[in-house]
Amino acid sequence: MTWAHPGDTWIAVIGALAAVACALPGCFLVLRRLAMMGDAISHAVLPGLAGGFLLMLWASDAGSIRTVLPWIAGADPRHPLVMLTGAIVVGILTAVFTELLHERLRTDRGAAMGIVFTSLFALGLIMIRRAADDVRVDLDPACVLYGSLELARLDTLHIAGREVPRALVTLGGVALLNGTGTLILLRVLRATSFDPAFSQVAGLRPRVAHLLLMTMTAVTAVAAFEAVGTILVVAMIVTPAATAQLLTRRLGAMLIVAAAIGIASAIGGHWAAITLPGVFGFEDTVTSGMIAVAGGVLFALAIFLAPRDGILPARRRTHALGMRILAEDLLGMLYRAEEAGERLSIEIVRARASAGLDVGPRRVASACARLRRRGHIETADGMFTLTASGRALARSLVRAHRLWESFLVRHAEVPPDHVHRTAMELEHVTDAATARALEDRLGAEALDPHGREIPG
Amino acid sequence: MTGMPAAILHGATLVAVGTAMLGAVAGLVGVFLLLRRRALLGDALGHATLPGIALAFLVMVGLGGSGRWLPGLLLGAAATGLLGVACISLLTRTGRIRDDTAMAVVLGVFFGLGVALLGIVQRVPQAGPAGLESLIYGRAASMLREDLLWIAALATVVGLFVVALRRDLTVLCFDESFARTAGRRTIRLDLVLLALVTVATVIGLQVVGLILVVALLVIPAAAARFWTDHLGRMLITSAAIGSAGAVTGALLSASYADLPTGAVIVLVLACGYGISAVAGPARGLLARRRSGRLAARAMGSPMP
Repeated sequence: MTWAHPGDTWIAVIGALAAVACALPGCFLVLRRLAMMGDAISHAVLPGLAGGFLLMLWASDAGSIRTVLPWIAGADPRHPLVMLTGAIVVGILTAVFTELLHERLRTDRGAAMGIVFTSLFALGLIMIRRAADDVRVDLDPACVLYGSLELARLDTLHIAGREVPRALVTLGGVALLNGTGTLILLRVLRATSFDPAFSQVAGLRPRVAHLLLMTMTAVTAVAAFEAVGTILVVAMIVTPAATAQLLTRRLGAMLIVAAAIGIASAIGGHWAAITLPGVFGFEDTVTSGMIAVAGGVLFALAIFLAPRDGILPARRRTHALGMRILAEDLLGMLYRAEEAGERLSIEIVRARASAGLDVGPRRVASACARLRRRGHIETADGMFTLTASGRALARSLVRAHRLWESFLVRHAEVPPDHVHRTAMELEHVTDAATARALEDRLGAEALDPHGREIPG
Repeated sequence: MTGMPAAILHGATLVAVGTAMLGAVAGLVGVFLLLRRRALLGDALGHATLPGIALAFLVMVGLGGSGRWLPGLLLGAAATGLLGVACISLLTRTGRIRDDTAMAVVLGVFFGLGVALLGIVQRVPQAGPAGLESLIYGRAASMLREDLLWIAALATVVGLFVVALRRDLTVLCFDESFARTAGRRTIRLDLVLLALVTVATVIGLQVVGLILVVALLVIPAAAARFWTDHLGRMLITSAAIGSAGAVTGALLSASYADLPTGAVIVLVLACGYGISAVAGPARGLLARRRSGRLAARAMGSPMP
């Protein structure tokens, strides 16, 4: 299938709004190590819906309530407001019960979460099964789980003479609500997320902030479940936030990046849902599922490629550092050979490096290539010689090495036969100013502890 | 007339034995998850089995089968479940992602993939996901003799592994860095534990379903924590609570027609947790209150 303008665009927009609404509280959940709370709260939607519904049924059947509240007899027990209120209440109860089990009964927080949400979910399943006998019921647990973004767009409202999907209005409202809520609470949530003890002392009330965040999460989960399904709400809450956490270390930037990643997942996910199955000969698949998968792909990209925290850039940095150190060590080796009046062939450099520096021939070869590229060494009939720039660099390295050896022997009282290894490491991080400072401390000293000249 | 009750009784016995073994094994491995502070790993794992189930179905249909052969579905479930927990373990080990975030990401993404694959399953002609729904919500009542044999065999293997490895697993739970310095291969041990949890989860799928299977791992262990501070006794208590809860739940749901088995088991286990929290002699509310009173008396001041 291909992207058909009004329909598919609406679906992507609704998904994007759900993603933004979820990503904002998600950032705080991730920072507070409460990522699984999104999952727990989203499970509460099922018992909440069923509970609200059954309560309305019971109230409209009970005579005494009907006399007090006469409108209830005619009210539709499936009125969205009733069911959504029930879901929000149960969502908040999930968080409250979890805290209670954790603090009063000292059960591990994760376990407490697991006990509370599985019990509530089980209760919801049973309520639905009991209610299934009633003809007025048509709650489908599968629909609650997966949602149906594809159908959400067909349920429309008339606003100012135009047909607008209802989900667009609710999700847009919740996204707006979460945006303003985040802006207003940013200071409080920041303090309570990073340092609960400090915020308590500063009078910022971490408990109230926690409850507000839980309420925000519950409202979001309930508003988004219709479009993306309860369980995928957890993907929308956590994955963009976790990805953003890998890309930035500033809270404000994290919120914006998470929202942007949520939008990208929604658009990419819907596109993948209608095109990817075609490759295997199927028509299309569920958009909500593919949005979660798209989020996972972006997360995996960030884990590997994020400039600062990604695995590959970090590995490249380590590799580059190791290469620089090896090249500098080779320069030092050539300089010392020159001092002794030797010229070294490639084979000898390789042999000495693998014996003294413990590196294989391939790394030596690439370090030599690097030095040649930068114009520090030249080769003539199989022999290495230092160029002028290479000699200057090598001299400053050997100088730092011998200054450190002298310093360690004279001022740190390290035995002369133990200083070489330490100096080998320090020479790579010693700049000219440090070398001069060392020279000042050592006074007029021309020779290192091994009797070799310290180059000036 | 005499044939019917016998058949039901026979079915009930099957279900009782199967769920008892499942409850005991889940209770055993759950203790180690709880002590490693990874109680919710079972939740991520349960959800991560969905893509495997759907994939196995598609592969079996592609090979010309009906797609509902249970061992095949469970093998698929175990494959992606294990992949999911391995991802969590690796993500945590990189030090870039905290374990709760890793669990939630893996749970959401794998479940999303499962939903997308189920969407494709629904498009397979002649198929429909009817047989797969029971793995999502669980349906112990439909357990067959063959299923019971599978459960019994796998449960025995997991149980033997736990008993044989209990010392290593204990060290892993209480002091991972010590275990590493003591020359124990923590990565390998971690993977063994994850594999055991995966097997317990997969055999739990058809009884309680993939959403509630985490309850079998978490609740008995958390309840056993109230009864004792001793690991060996905690393992026994947890296994006992798990199997008692599972059997009671299964039989209750069988006798009150068409109550969902998994849900009833979870609620029975939750009651067990509640009772333990109040009456447990080691850390229960009553025990803590009593020891608080004794301490106050020893200090010479009456409790307010």
